[in-house]
Amino acid sequence: MKTTVKNVSLFFIVACLIAGTGLIQSWNTALFILNMGLISAIMALGVNLQWGFAGLFNVGIMGFVALGGLASVLISMPPTNDAWAAGGLHVLLGLVLGAATVTAAIFVQARIKAGRKKTLSTICILVGGFFLFRYVFDGGVNAVEAIDAASTGYLGGLNFGGENYKEWGFMTIISWPVGGMFAAGVAWLIGKTALGLRSDYLAIATLGISEIIIAVMKNEDWLARGVKNVIGLPRPVPYEIDLQESAIFLERAASIGVDPVTASSIVVKLAYAGLFTVVLVVILVLAQMALASPWGRMMRAIRDNENAAEAMGKNVTARHLQIFILGSAICGVAGAMMTTLDSQLTPGSYQPLRFTFLIWVMVIVGGSGNNFGSVLGGFLIFFLWVQVEPMGAFLMHGITAGMAEDNGLRIHLLESVAHMRLLTMGLILILVLRFAPKGLIPEK
Amino acid sequence: MNEILNAIVVLSNYVLIPAVAYGSQLALGALGVTLIYGILRFSNFAHGDTMAFGAMATILVTWLFQSWGISLGPLPTALLAIPFGIMATAALLLTTDRLVYRFYRQKKAPPVILVIVSMGVMFVMNGLVRFIIGPNDQRFADGERFIISAREFKKMTGLSEGLAFKTTQGITIVTAIIVVMTLFWFLNRTRTGKSMRAFSDNEDLALLSGINPDRVVMVTWIIVAALAATAGALYGLDKSFKPFTYLQLLLPIFAAAVVGGLGNPVGAIAGGFVIAFSEILITYPLKRVLKYLLPENLEPSTLVQLLSTDYKFAVSFTILIIVLLFRPTGLFKGKSV
Repeated sequence: MKTTVKNVSLFFIVACLIAGTGLIQSWNTALFILNMGLISAIMALGVNLQWGFAGLFNVGIMGFVALGGLASVLISMPPTNDAWAAGGLHVLLGLVLGAATVTAAIFVQARIKAGRKKTLSTICILVGGFFLFRYVFDGGVNAVEAIDAASTGYLGGLNFGGENYKEWGFMTIISWPVGGMFAAGVAWLIGKTALGLRSDYLAIATLGISEIIIAVMKNEDWLARGVKNVIGLPRPVPYEIDLQESAIFLERAASIGVDPVTASSIVVKLAYAGLFTVVLVVILVLAQMALASPWGRMMRAIRDNENAAEAMGKNVTARHLQIFILGSAICGVAGAMMTTLDSQLTPGSYQPLRFTFLIWVMVIVGGSGNNFGSVLGGFLIFFLWVQVEPMGAFLMHGITAGMAEDNGLRIHLLESVAHMRLLTMGLILILVLRFAPKGLIPEK
Repeated sequence: MNEILNAIVVLSNYVLIPAVAYGSQLALGALGVTLIYGILRFSNFAHGDTMAFGAMATILVTWLFQSWGISLGPLPTALLAIPFGIMATAALLLTTDRLVYRFYRQKKAPPVILVIVSMGVMFVMNGLVRFIIGPNDQRFADGERFIISAREFKKMTGLSEGLAFKTTQGITIVTAIIVVMTLFWFLNRTRTGKSMRAFSDNEDLALLSGINPDRVVMVTWIIVAALAATAGALYGLDKSFKPFTYLQLLLPIFAAAVVGGLGNPVGAIAGGFVIAFSEILITYPLKRVLKYLLPENLEPSTLVQLLSTDYKFAVSFTILIIVLLFRPTGLFKGKSV
């Protein structure tokens, strides 16, 4: 009973913080924090599944989030027909050849007995396959990227709405589970190679794959325009401009005395918040059910003592692979949702500190092993991430108030305020780990 | 004959020399990671940012010296500043250990907790560096730019291809050799160095034979500070200093340490060069080399660049995976926990 009261009041405090932002700053900022908080909470749930349930150390969250974003573009944007005609099949054939090369090499590794024959044939397959792949693939890529490079220059997505593709907003919602599947696929690949090795190796492998995913998304222009960004993704909610033109909406806004421009952007953000809440609740309920199920108990048993669990006949590596895929898929879903919220995919904006390590702060601060803790951590840490900067600026103005206007130190301090947030996040993480290692809402 | 010489010159200019310089920087970084792993027994995610901090301290002292008019003539002033950078980094690391890591060491916390703690330290250090020097590019190299410039080389040899050897590359290589030799002399010949190796091999046995663990840990941090500050300053001198790039160096450095065998200093150096050479060789357009070696009618029509430069992470990662799959303890026998 006591813990329930404590937990509810913790959530209440975070709600007050966000509401306070609305009252003091603006409701737009508050709703931005709410929406991103919902998405962060989902990411934190995914990581909590891996770390809290199974003790797997994944530092490649950024990669899975970015894959979700990629899915959002590939599903919800219209196909570029000219590009498909020019080299679409060429590119696909290249990819198939690449995959075939790798499969053949793995096949040889598995089937031929160790010796010179095996090594030689593997090398031949890989080298020959690589050049064949590059030959076919590069031709297709050049053709695709040449098509109207300023506005498209990529293959586009699977939105067959034609001219009115923007009205097919539901496609973006379809892209969320697809984002999860993309992330799951890559997680399967990593898990197959790195799980079963030492825990540090999984960390380094995930760190590496996430950098590679970002590198691919930045460079493969035919896929999602690379650093030229894809903008103007369709939206599952109405556009502000349409609301502002609708008579009923204007009437409603006038009746409560709100400026229609502000009102329209708030309504849009609320609509997103509604959609995201549904996803968060579904995932949270599933995660809670999983935690209480025999499967969840088995996972915790494996986490607490792998050897004992293995002796009881549990297949530790297979279970780890399973939960690693599940957790990564959840991050992928959240990534697709985030791209939908932004209506654009900007591969340059994915930074490990923001998308990998910040999520870890959320999980640890919230309480690893507890789903509600992760949700709380997601909201709280994102709130701080946004608000540390204005708070720091306020603090710095206070500290430097006594100094002269042109004092070099004062100018430097005020300019550096923007970097306070990393420092603060690190301090929070270190302090929580030291003084409350179980987090705000500890595991039962 | 000239053709072959030209090919060798092109290869040295664009691949060999840069790779040796980059490899030396990676090796110094990986040595730091591997020492922490061997003695403190965790993978330190804050290492990239420790390097950034050391480089930053060096830059600040360099600027101070430059404003006083102190210089080393043809050599960069930064060389004089590196010892001060090392001192600042050592102070930072010892403070961090006292305030953060020591608690977990005494509690005998599992390594993965220390890794997460080091993530927090990484945030703080990253914020600190950006707070002090800002997130932008900083240039602090001065003195002579080239030991041999491409034009001089062409005049000297009469070849059509030039070979440029930058001062910073030369300094990187020489400094790395000196640092590595000192380190191995220290580890193999001195009492403290031997006690460190003993501690790394078998902690209980080392404690039983009366080795003071606090002293071993302290010396380790100081050595790591020296390695990290030197590596960071050299990298900044050779390329340019930008806090964010040091975070990105974390992956190749870890790859080097793991490929060589975590906890094994010789392995870390070998790993550094393996990673550096493969990254640069695979992302360099080989057409310019091949055009001298192949007969005219076979001259390649494409650039023969195996992967675009932006995929250099993919190269270190692929090597890492291959080594993990076939030799999980690394090329040289490392530890496994």
